[in-house]
Amino acid sequence: MTAVAAPGPLVRARPARTSTLTGTGRMLRLMLRRDRWRLLVWTAAVAALYASALGEYVLLGADGLQARAVLMRTPAMITLAGPGYGLDDYTVGPAVANELVLWMLVALAVLSILEVVRHTRAEEESGRSEVLRAGAVGRHAPSVAALLLVVLVQAVVAVVTGAVVAGVGRLPAGESFALTGAIAVGALVFAAVALVAAQVSEHARTATGLSLAVLGAAFVARALGDVQGDLEVEHGTALSWLSPIAWVQQTRAFVDPRWWPLGLSLAVTAVLLAVAAVLGSRRDFGGGLVAPRGGRADAAAALRGPLALAWRQQRGGLAWTTLGLGAMWFATGGVVSSLPAVTSTLLENPVYRAILGEGDLVRAFLRVIGLYVALGAGAYAVSATLRLRTEEQVGRTEYALATATGRHRWLGAHLVVAAAGAVVVLLSGALALWAGAAVTGVTDPSFGDLVGLGAVYLPAPGVLLGLGVALYAWAPRAEPVLWALFAWSFVVGLFGDLLRLPDGARGVSPYWWVPDPLVGHVEVAHLVGLAAVAAALVVLAFVGFRRRDVPAA
Amino acid sequence: MTAPVIEIHDLRKSFGAVRALDGLDLTVQPGEVAGFLGPNGAGKSTTIRVLLGLLRADGGTARLLGGDPWADAVALHRRLAYVPGDVSLWPNLTGGEAIDLVTRLRGGADPRRKAELLERFELDPTRKARTYSKGNRQKVALVAALASDVELLVLDEPTSGLDPLMEAVFMQELRAAKEQGRSVLLSSHILSEVEKACDTVTIIRAGRSVESGTLAELRHLTRSAVSAVVAGDATAVASLPGVHDVVTTPAAGGTRVQLDVDAAHVGGLLTTLGRLGVRSFTAAPPSLEELFLRHYGDAAPTDGAAGDGQRRRTTAGAR
Repeated sequence: MTAVAAPGPLVRARPARTSTLTGTGRMLRLMLRRDRWRLLVWTAAVAALYASALGEYVLLGADGLQARAVLMRTPAMITLAGPGYGLDDYTVGPAVANELVLWMLVALAVLSILEVVRHTRAEEESGRSEVLRAGAVGRHAPSVAALLLVVLVQAVVAVVTGAVVAGVGRLPAGESFALTGAIAVGALVFAAVALVAAQVSEHARTATGLSLAVLGAAFVARALGDVQGDLEVEHGTALSWLSPIAWVQQTRAFVDPRWWPLGLSLAVTAVLLAVAAVLGSRRDFGGGLVAPRGGRADAAAALRGPLALAWRQQRGGLAWTTLGLGAMWFATGGVVSSLPAVTSTLLENPVYRAILGEGDLVRAFLRVIGLYVALGAGAYAVSATLRLRTEEQVGRTEYALATATGRHRWLGAHLVVAAAGAVVVLLSGALALWAGAAVTGVTDPSFGDLVGLGAVYLPAPGVLLGLGVALYAWAPRAEPVLWALFAWSFVVGLFGDLLRLPDGARGVSPYWWVPDPLVGHVEVAHLVGLAAVAAALVVLAFVGFRRRDVPAA
Repeated sequence: MTAPVIEIHDLRKSFGAVRALDGLDLTVQPGEVAGFLGPNGAGKSTTIRVLLGLLRADGGTARLLGGDPWADAVALHRRLAYVPGDVSLWPNLTGGEAIDLVTRLRGGADPRRKAELLERFELDPTRKARTYSKGNRQKVALVAALASDVELLVLDEPTSGLDPLMEAVFMQELRAAKEQGRSVLLSSHILSEVEKACDTVTIIRAGRSVESGTLAELRHLTRSAVSAVVAGDATAVASLPGVHDVVTTPAAGGTRVQLDVDAAHVGGLLTTLGRLGVRSFTAAPPSLEELFLRHYGDAAPTDGAAGDGQRRRTTAGAR
């Protein structure tokens, strides 16, 4: 009888390691398994964004970029891009560093935040991680695994996008990878922020909100700090240096590289992780450091019908959309005053000419931005109608319709609030655009011109909204078609001329039919036609929703 | 006699190839607590959704409070309150706000009654709905339903998330509702709950009613389990009408006979056993449990449910 043959007790077969990190590897594998598609899509989307932006820079060529550099000196573009290194010799490299870093970092920081919260606090809140933590999984294992996941994803994204920058932009590989690597390091700071937030709040939504607020503050601090600086003397001020976004931009990639600002990112990440570890060791499972605030025990008298309910559900999203987009359009309006200075150079470039058309540059520019504003309202309309389906899928529609609430009232309430929201987003966007231009001293186009610009676009998001509710009523599963139509409208609006699309293909976009109040003349028949299509779709929706099963089979 | 509160006859509903309801019958009289019993996927929720005018039936008739559930939905809903099986609330509303909203959508409720119920169900109304557990969401819907001044309560597995203490509170409230003359349709797959609370029971399987009546009637329809030791030769017992599954084994002082007997044939069995010289005798009355298993156990299909074992699985997603 040998000891080898005897089945030994399992506990002894593997020495018991009791660490707060036990099971980290297995948790990481689980997270990768859950998120493989989601992360693949993110990576592909970010790479595609890099590719399309770089393609544009290459297409513009040296002259085009130099014309663009003039715009980059304006406060508006400093807000929307970067501190303006290398504007004197603005080639593809400096353009990538100056214009892309901000947005790619914001996107990847959001990815960091979403992933960290999704795998830590959200799991805890749902009770799923209770099952795992009851097994041989240490206290810190989920947090550390989530962090490793983000490190891994950011590294992969950095490698892929570095290759895109070097390949599409024809830039030195070393510096390209250094730049995307720097963005990854910057995005990690926000993973650490999210990890701290996940310890503080009991709720995943609050943790995400807190982290996004920190990201927003970083955006604002960098923008304000950089705008205050005099570009001839300095790029960025002390205020800018408070923002983790600046630490990446201040590496001066492709201009005069220095990498020590990344040390700040790493140091802050380390400190935040230590804070998260301490907080995480002290709190109970499922508990937070801040107790959630209680709300009202009784509803306000106004909360008594489907309309009040729909408003209550959508007002938060509407406020944030209006505010966020409004700030962007305001900043964009600020560029207008600098446009005449670059008119000739800009219009020499064939790409800009294709997008902006002939004629008065300021008006052409505002027409393009106006389309963006209207597309923003369209995106709001699309997401507001898709809400209807979510409400039904989780069973809230059924619960409400089992009360004395008729189907038409229910659908009508959501439609009214969504439509009013789209109108607000569109008109407030036009207003913000005007305000941004007016603040910098631009008087032409006038207030009336820009509000008119917003107003003529109203029927286009109306068609998207109508199609959304009609699909919801008749073929709820086909609702993703709505995003496809929106994406197509975007392509037609921005690149229709550049891609030489036939009119038949362009006509699918409701935006294509909208006449041009700033450049051309208003064709009322088109507006009436669009409004009629939207109205017909809405009527169809009401007929269909009265007839179908809820929930839809 | 007044018209039934719920009257369903031969109701049919399919989702694509899946037949969720296949000739269902259900009647609830005024003031009655009616149990609606069936395993998951039998069609309970589908039936309720048809009654609420949410789903349109493919065939058969359904009358609710004297009206057409589809055409008169809004008017009828003023007179009933519904608790869904899986309650989903508006995440940014507090529990208290959700209760007020739902009762107002129904036509209003007494705030004192709401306060009383909140206390009885130990529910904190100031918390946001997204922070509630399943049990607490269910309590919100129960409070909203019980606080409403309505004739009919439609409850779809209302206790599935409640702990035993809260279940007891719910039972008391249900009894109080009955005393006030309200009618209740209580769907459940928990037998003890139905046995405790209901006057009548309708048992469904694979979208079809297989049994309905008062609890006493249903018990009458079922078999008792008999175990006896007799001195004589027990072979004759097996050929008696209404006697099933006879097993004989040698026992001290004679033969042990174990069998099931239909309620209608107990007398005949006793006469025969008496002639054989009974040494010991036990008879177990049928529980609802056995009744249930008789209809759903795949091992013992009866005429009504024969061959339904496979279909039951295919309709599991009907909810």
